[in-house]
Amino acid sequence: MSAEAGYDDPDTRPLDSARSTRGRDAWRRFRRNRAAMTGLVLLCLILLAACIGPFFTPFDNETPDWSAFRAPPSLEGGHWFGTDQNGRDLLARTLQGTRVSLAVAAVATLVAVMIGVVFGAIAGYVGGRLDQAMMRFVDVLYALPYILFVILLMVIFGRNVYLLFAAIGCLEWLTMARIVRGQTLSLRQREFIEAARAAGLSSTAIVRRHIVPNLVGPVVIYAALTVPEIVATESFLSYLGFGVQEPLTSLGTLIAEGTDVFEVLPWLLWFPAAFLVTLLLSLLFIGDGLRDAFDTRGRG
Amino acid sequence: MLGYAFRRLLTTIPVLWIAITACFFILRLAPGGPFDGERPLPAAVKANLAAYYGLDDPLLVQYFSYLGGVLRGDLGPSFTTADFSVAEQIAIGLPYTLIIGSLAFVLAVVLGVLAGVLGALYRDRVADWAIAALILLGLVLPNFLIAPILQLVFGLTLDWLPVGGWGGGALTHLVMPVTVLALPHIARISRLMRGALIEVMNGQFIRTATAKGLSRATVIRRHALKPALTPVVSYLGPAAGYLLTGSIVVETIFGLPGIGRYFINAALNRDYGMVLGTVVFYMVLIVILNLLVDLLYAWLDPKVRT
Amino acid sequence: MSVRPLALVTALALCAIGTTPLHARTLNMQNGGDLTSMDPHQLSGDWENRIAGDIFEGLITEDIQAEPIPGQAESWEISEDGITYTFTLREGLTWSDGEPVTADDFVFALRRLMDPANAADYAYLQYPIKNAEGINAGEIEDVTQLGVRAIDERTLEIELERATPYFLGALTHYTAYPLPQHVLEEHGDDWVKMENIAVNGAYKPIEWIPGSHVLTEKNPSFHDAENVSIEGVKFFTLEDQAAAFKRYRAGEFDILTDLPKDQFAWMQENIPGQARVEPFAGLYYYVVNQTEPPFDDARVRQAFSMAVNREVIGPQVLGTGEIPAYSWVPPGMAGYGEPETVDWMELPYPEKVAEAKALLEAAGHGPDNPLSVQLRYNTNDNHKRVAVAIASMWKPLGVEVELYNTETKVHYDELSRGILQIARAGWLADYNDADNFLNLLKGGVDYNYGRYQSDEYDRLMNEATAEPDADKRIELLHQAEEVALDDSAAIPIYYYLSENVVSPKVQGFESNAFDIHRTRWLSLTD
Repeated sequence: MSAEAGYDDPDTRPLDSARSTRGRDAWRRFRRNRAAMTGLVLLCLILLAACIGPFFTPFDNETPDWSAFRAPPSLEGGHWFGTDQNGRDLLARTLQGTRVSLAVAAVATLVAVMIGVVFGAIAGYVGGRLDQAMMRFVDVLYALPYILFVILLMVIFGRNVYLLFAAIGCLEWLTMARIVRGQTLSLRQREFIEAARAAGLSSTAIVRRHIVPNLVGPVVIYAALTVPEIVATESFLSYLGFGVQEPLTSLGTLIAEGTDVFEVLPWLLWFPAAFLVTLLLSLLFIGDGLRDAFDTRGRG
Repeated sequence: MLGYAFRRLLTTIPVLWIAITACFFILRLAPGGPFDGERPLPAAVKANLAAYYGLDDPLLVQYFSYLGGVLRGDLGPSFTTADFSVAEQIAIGLPYTLIIGSLAFVLAVVLGVLAGVLGALYRDRVADWAIAALILLGLVLPNFLIAPILQLVFGLTLDWLPVGGWGGGALTHLVMPVTVLALPHIARISRLMRGALIEVMNGQFIRTATAKGLSRATVIRRHALKPALTPVVSYLGPAAGYLLTGSIVVETIFGLPGIGRYFINAALNRDYGMVLGTVVFYMVLIVILNLLVDLLYAWLDPKVRT
Repeated sequence: MSVRPLALVTALALCAIGTTPLHARTLNMQNGGDLTSMDPHQLSGDWENRIAGDIFEGLITEDIQAEPIPGQAESWEISEDGITYTFTLREGLTWSDGEPVTADDFVFALRRLMDPANAADYAYLQYPIKNAEGINAGEIEDVTQLGVRAIDERTLEIELERATPYFLGALTHYTAYPLPQHVLEEHGDDWVKMENIAVNGAYKPIEWIPGSHVLTEKNPSFHDAENVSIEGVKFFTLEDQAAAFKRYRAGEFDILTDLPKDQFAWMQENIPGQARVEPFAGLYYYVVNQTEPPFDDARVRQAFSMAVNREVIGPQVLGTGEIPAYSWVPPGMAGYGEPETVDWMELPYPEKVAEAKALLEAAGHGPDNPLSVQLRYNTNDNHKRVAVAIASMWKPLGVEVELYNTETKVHYDELSRGILQIARAGWLADYNDADNFLNLLKGGVDYNYGRYQSDEYDRLMNEATAEPDADKRIELLHQAEEVALDDSAAIPIYYYLSENVVSPKVQGFESNAFDIHRTRWLSLTD
């Protein structure tokens, strides 16, 4: 992933060009990818709906409507997505679930990125024995069945939504660390780093000014590709009963509850499932699009 | 090759040891665990704990006897099923999980590689799009959503397959669970395969081979497949892990008495002995599987062996 | 062909057939949770009772309506003062391994039950027996002091602490089953293994795969074996109701012991008559912690109880029409008549809410000082629905409710340690007498999770226990119930319904208030 042509050295760029021409090129390529753009649009719509939707929906997500229990969707009735077995409006619940799933994904990705980048950058930059040891550590953890540990921890510590975020984040930082370390390693060997060091720049300055900006590409791509995995992991845990607890809900929980009754109350499954599928597909397309956009080896 | 295998084995053992030790201490020291004085336990369970873990002994002695137990294959008592120890339950459940898991593994590799190759060969044509659409669905839909739908369609409406149960291992009882388990991996493997094959096919020495006059099929078979398989093989290690954890859902929905089901019931019933024992067992299994995959990778790509 | 190879082949074929048990037809029953053990002294769940009650039989057993009838005992005599029971066992009773069942096996089993070293959860059920409580609590060291004595091989004498009208019914419970003393002495803890176990019931266990199923087959040594119709039972361990129902529809299960409530309406339309929903001697209630504010104030307790709209819970929230509970004792308990009810039962709901608000204000929790409470329940779809609904009913009182759920074992563990503000609990009748439920509110009882403490209540309960006259006793129990309801000791919500789905192929599954259907009374028509 480190072809010469794609590398951007801030010290040898023409002074008047934009901060990252490479970024601009990538954006142009991304825009041409129709699937990725559709995904981006859909994602933004979902984000918008999840965040500000609750201010516009006729019902909130926790008050039972005693006149409409288990009601099918109806436009006149006000419950556009129908209600659940507690008379709660499904549209509001779905939006709430989407918010929670996205929040979990965002926090977990953030945790994964922070730990992974720091870990990988240090290992890659320092190199030598430390690098070997750190990567061995990663290999060790990679081999372990993390989900089982997460469940074990939840059994012991009780079901805590913050623990959930943290635990999922800790699942994903390993691959991030590997990628970052790989990238850092190859960057480190460039002559311009030697030059910078010869010019007297401290290690921290080098890392900050030269290495980290060039990590943005792979990190963003990997993050975009991980988010669907995180949402899927959270759904899995919710299905088993270890995810978010009432009255909070997530897309995974809604779908798990919906599958039990989809023959008699099908709307309880189809609406949340549609949201989840759209969300994941958008993220997938965006991730693929980003990867294709940043990778300059022609894919033909 | 043998030397590489031996070296990998040597590094595997400390990995396992660290993991097992971690499990021991998590259970012993975590608040809310069974050893926490605050936690109320039925008297019978307390008696079990005392007997197996030798609670009056110093911590180190307990640790070593626990380690010794693990080496002997004794993983401790189950707190909720009094008549069967953890090791006995795992021994009962293991064949079911292994059968379903290995069938799913094989299915995933075969169909995944096939779909990937077809997708690469017929790029951007109808077949590619069709396969890609199915692949995406397999990637995105959670297995606890697909399974009940399949149960309804094939089990009840069409009545082609039994809805659940082991049925003595009859093939009809295996079809749905194995398919549901394999689905996400078919999807991922085919994406990896397709991407890697396209990349390889565009590479320099493939063009040379084609220019030499070799038929497309020969080119693919002899030169493109092996290097294109490397990302697939490197996925197989984590895939084995995912298959084991994915089997938890499949076994629960289809009512198969595999280890995944034991694990989740133990977790829901706070049967710490069983949960811990299963985690230790899974770790051993996954580490061994990863080792095998590493060796396979080394065989495919000799550069790794250095 | 010479004879020897033919004989060999035939012998092998016969062996092959012989190794797979030939049942004409096994009854396939979905049983929910997994069994803890084959040892009746380690059990506590009603799903476990289904298996234990098929493979063992006590002095008294249940008939098709779950009424007590002679079991291993063919007759008995009760002394004038109601304290001494003398049982005569049937002739020729044997365990499934051929050894005779003797009165000693009962003595052995009951002593083992009461021995505190064995920590049997349900030992308290047989406390009416003389010295049982003392032994089980460790106050009396000598187990042989238990009021159970074998007069001879076939005669058993049981002495009680005092006259106990429901004692015969209590003897149907698995805590009163005999155990094969000879097997326990020979194999110790391994007596429960399939190759060692010996039973005296209509069926014997032949296979147990944890997490999958328990398989039983007809026991030829059972004293009534010729009237037992079904060849064997496969109890499936499966808690996923939706999956179980699908398999029922596919014909893989004959009986479901729980039904997915959301599908109830569908069932009534599409498979009418197969869903059996019947009143069940059980109470679903919320217990409130009275050792600290705010629930130490009876006005607050009453307010919370009044604000619960019980009429919508059964029909709307759950969908199966559970009956609202305004009393503590469920209807139908032997000899109890109409239970007492709270005074405010007949008020229309809006008035109940208004009065609840007034009560809260009087107690200092008006709109300027709203309450914030935690409601606990054990992880289960139905408990969740009820909790969410009731939380929304308390909201107009200004109460903020935090919902908190844990697995069943943890839930009850924490309740018995007093870790709760409001918590869901349920109680199913262990024996047919009102004091089974009234005991839940008595001072000092473990199951009195809310630590309700009323001297008057305890006095009435103790007087009732000591009262030899049956009618006076019932009167005292009624008075106690009234005291508890006036005090709002806890919040009764609804009476349980037993829910089963039974295939039309199964005959003899008669509804009863205890939801006990021993397989020996059932038959299959296909």
